[in-house]
Amino acid sequence: MDETALAAHFEATIAADQRIEPRDWMPEAYRKTLIRQIAQHAHSEIIGMQPEGNWIRRAPSLRRKAILLAKVQDEAGHGLYLYSAAETLGVDREELTELLISGRQKYSSIFNYPTLSYADVGVIGWLVDGAAICNQVPLCRCSYGPYARAMVRICKEESFHQRQGYELLLAMVNGTEEQRRMVQESVNRFWWPSLMMFGPPDADSPNTQQSMAWGIKRHTNDELRQRFVDMTVPQAEALGVTLPDPNLRWNPERGHYDFTAPDWAEFKAVISGSGPCNAQRLAQRRRAHEEGAWVREAARAHAEKQARREVAA
Amino acid sequence: MTDAAVSGGRPDRPRGGWPLWEVFVRGKRGLNHVHVGSVHAPDAEMALRNARDLYTRRNEGVSIWVVKASDITASSPSEKDPFFAPAGDKVYRHPTFYAIPEDVPHL
Repeated sequence: MDETALAAHFEATIAADQRIEPRDWMPEAYRKTLIRQIAQHAHSEIIGMQPEGNWIRRAPSLRRKAILLAKVQDEAGHGLYLYSAAETLGVDREELTELLISGRQKYSSIFNYPTLSYADVGVIGWLVDGAAICNQVPLCRCSYGPYARAMVRICKEESFHQRQGYELLLAMVNGTEEQRRMVQESVNRFWWPSLMMFGPPDADSPNTQQSMAWGIKRHTNDELRQRFVDMTVPQAEALGVTLPDPNLRWNPERGHYDFTAPDWAEFKAVISGSGPCNAQRLAQRRRAHEEGAWVREAARAHAEKQARREVAA
Repeated sequence: MTDAAVSGGRPDRPRGGWPLWEVFVRGKRGLNHVHVGSVHAPDAEMALRNARDLYTRRNEGVSIWVVKASDITASSPSEKDPFFAPAGDKVYRHPTFYAIPEDVPHL
């Protein structure tokens, strides 16, 4: 088939809401968009281990420690599902790791904020993972098969993440005055960065239309942000915490909550490297990669030795 | 059509890295193994362990197969490919091809 016929076949597959699979012909721009998006998503999961990993050794009980370990291990797992999906598009995992640690590929801006108290573990589960779920559920129907399938696995596991966070916060708000203050202080810090997780406003998101036409995205950034706000307000009420936006109120005409947009200048600054923890996160990832090099080499040398023995035997 | 058939045109051993293995998991007894994704590992044994850690953290499997991605041979991806054409015009292979009076039992 010539290129026009292949393109027509691709378009027809998308139009019929069928999935594109790894060895199918696809436009170069579709492939590139997916590689960029899936890689960034994978990097976010990997870097996302750090803010919470910070608290594993200081967890307040064995129960909380076991939960947090399992959660951080899941984040690693999600990163690996996604690297595996990205590789089906013809990129190499080593190459993606290089792009991350050299700062040439990005990850979610949210992980460039510090975790200052144990309440942050709960708030990250509730707000950050809650926002991630809003973003990720529609990706289970993404037109690219391997990405969609990875997202199905991830979404199942994210539900645990969000619930453990909310339960942790419930325990704290039912605790001492000091604990309630910690929760409120954490919510105040994470609310705005959580809203930023959906990306720039639609008017400032030039790739959205193309991604929607390709069935990679199913909803615009602003639609998902609104959905998140609507979902979160009653959850905040049940916790008895205040979301730090004086303009947040129900709009009966729209059938949605009105809310203040986050500071987009801050978002741009954090994305481009000036967030509170950008340098620390990348340095830590680079160090882990470099310090693990001897393990990778040793395992490979062992495998090669075993293979030689088998040939000799 | 032999290399990296499941996962696209990837090299078996990327520069400096470990080779790629495709992972198949049997969810429970009585079911087929199903492809779930891939892992990198230096050898088959480590591939199995990595696959266990990655794909069965919540009892999702009772058995795992790992296969070097480079050892898989796959058909061409397009559904319109003539490879599958021979099955296309043989409607008589399906039970619904045969008209049987409704009052004949057990057919």
